[in-house]
Amino acid sequence: MRKTFVIGAAAIAIVVSGCAKRTPPPEVTQPPAEAVGPNGEAVNPADVELQELPAQQADMIAKAGSDTVYFGTDEYQLDVAAKATLAAQARWLLANTNVRASIEGHCDERGTREYNMALGERRANAAKDFLLSQGVPEARLLVTSWGKERPVAVGSNEEAWAQNRRAVTVLVR
Amino acid sequence: MRRSLTLLALLLPAASALAQDEGAPPVEVEVVGGQNSQLTVAVPEMPGQAIGRSISEVIASDLRSTGGFTPIGPSGVPTYGQAQAASPAFGEWRSTGAGALVTGYVEPRADGRVTLACYLHDVTAGRLLANQGFTVAQADWRRAAHKCADLVYSRLSGQGAFLDTRIVYVAESGPKTNRVKRIAIMDSDGSNHRYLTAGKAVVTMPRFSPRGDRLVYTGMLARKPRVFVLDIASGRERLLVPGGALTFAPRFSPDGRRIVFSWANNGNTDIYVIGADGGTPQRLTSAPGADTSPSYSPDGTRIVFESDRGGTQQLYVMNADGTGQRRISFGAGRYASPVWSPRGDLIAFTRIAGSFNIGVMSPSGGSPKILTDGWQDEGPSWAPNGQFVMFNRIARGGGSSLYAVPISGGVARRMPTPQDGSDPSWSPLQS
Repeated sequence: MRKTFVIGAAAIAIVVSGCAKRTPPPEVTQPPAEAVGPNGEAVNPADVELQELPAQQADMIAKAGSDTVYFGTDEYQLDVAAKATLAAQARWLLANTNVRASIEGHCDERGTREYNMALGERRANAAKDFLLSQGVPEARLLVTSWGKERPVAVGSNEEAWAQNRRAVTVLVR
Repeated sequence: MRRSLTLLALLLPAASALAQDEGAPPVEVEVVGGQNSQLTVAVPEMPGQAIGRSISEVIASDLRSTGGFTPIGPSGVPTYGQAQAASPAFGEWRSTGAGALVTGYVEPRADGRVTLACYLHDVTAGRLLANQGFTVAQADWRRAAHKCADLVYSRLSGQGAFLDTRIVYVAESGPKTNRVKRIAIMDSDGSNHRYLTAGKAVVTMPRFSPRGDRLVYTGMLARKPRVFVLDIASGRERLLVPGGALTFAPRFSPDGRRIVFSWANNGNTDIYVIGADGGTPQRLTSAPGADTSPSYSPDGTRIVFESDRGGTQQLYVMNADGTGQRRISFGAGRYASPVWSPRGDLIAFTRIAGSFNIGVMSPSGGSPKILTDGWQDEGPSWAPNGQFVMFNRIARGGGSSLYAVPISGGVARRMPTPQDGSDPSWSPLQS
């Protein structure tokens, strides 16, 4: 838990200074209310923007085969291919203990906005549960949903929709 | 007067037909593209001030947008002097073919504001039907015009006013894969458009507070959907539920004191309620599945929502404390994003049956009626008079825009927005 606060404080330092240059993370052991947002308000560490890690992400994709698993229409069950991909991701995560993973569920455009938010969370949660079963500690796994807000394929056809029904393991710090 | 009464009769039957329901299994009625015969309303240029013509143009445009009238003017119709606003030469107006006439004038006041005197006449009978003065700051002259148009619409249709309102929605730009989404606000006719968020975060589902002074919306923060409350005038906003919970689909209660929303956790989404100023969330649903899109009845005693607890997305109604949950949608297809009418008599929804379309049904599920025929129409929002529903139309492979459709059945009308738009919310009537 202490580690989380350190990470949070570092991220805030970047946000507040408005500059991407990394400063050494100050040791912060205060309760969450110490974090400060753009209007000077208290910010919970859970609300501090996460930093993506492109180099580690590329390494995981190279070694695990993919950072993404796919789902059927309106489904959130993992198929054999998805489980194989997640098992390989789990091996990478167990070998690289200095990062966390944000498991992010997405949906195709053929669903209503609110329902897709819920469905994306189900997909992400299914992927998370599998990573847990492979021994990845729960404290390193975050779950979220983008609903239909961030498709990777832009077409309005079954091929594009199949690519967009997914859960992506995004490495973060 | 006879023509006015005829018009009244034409505008009303849809609502009264919907009032009878209960009992028999729902038969879905398609009423897409219905036509009203229309009353011609003359809106000549208002004399006196330079903005008189502009005011008449706004009134004519508003009346056209209701779908119930054919306005003529200010171009191509006679002009008149200020003294004739209250007593026009009816014979002259009869020759234009108009059944009704809107006159008025703008009067500057000592305090710098202006008063719009608005008169509605029955040309056929040769008598005054309604008149009222609207005082506004000079810069707000469009609002006076909307109020005058509201007076005309209300008097001729028998329905509540709805033109002096605002729309909040999500303005969209950029590629679908990296869409920039900003909350924007505009008058009901598209004027006075401005952005309320900067576009750095993905934002969705803005909804007005009952007084129209605040919004509640869902924004992505730290890669998670979170509910924010935004004060429109000051631009200040705050997180509703602290602690990183995945929260979305928020709506105010009719008294503005509570906010109902969805919370996704461990693969299960439930509906919660919290004080509009914060507090501890209270859980209202606990069935396994996706319970979302909650919307209060106007008296605040019940909540309609969607749930797939039975296998597919369907509509349910519960008491405001979460008790008495029961399914109300039983037609073909799936049902989503319900919104309770401000009049309490209907629930608007998205029906998914091949295409996505907007419909209305009674709060007990009776008399379902489909109003639109787009490829993907979703996210309905009611006009404050309960006679129109605005929604998000997504074209296959194309853009996203806002449309409004009369619940009596008629052509869906596209709302003017400078960019693509989604997730409209119609404000209450402004005071």
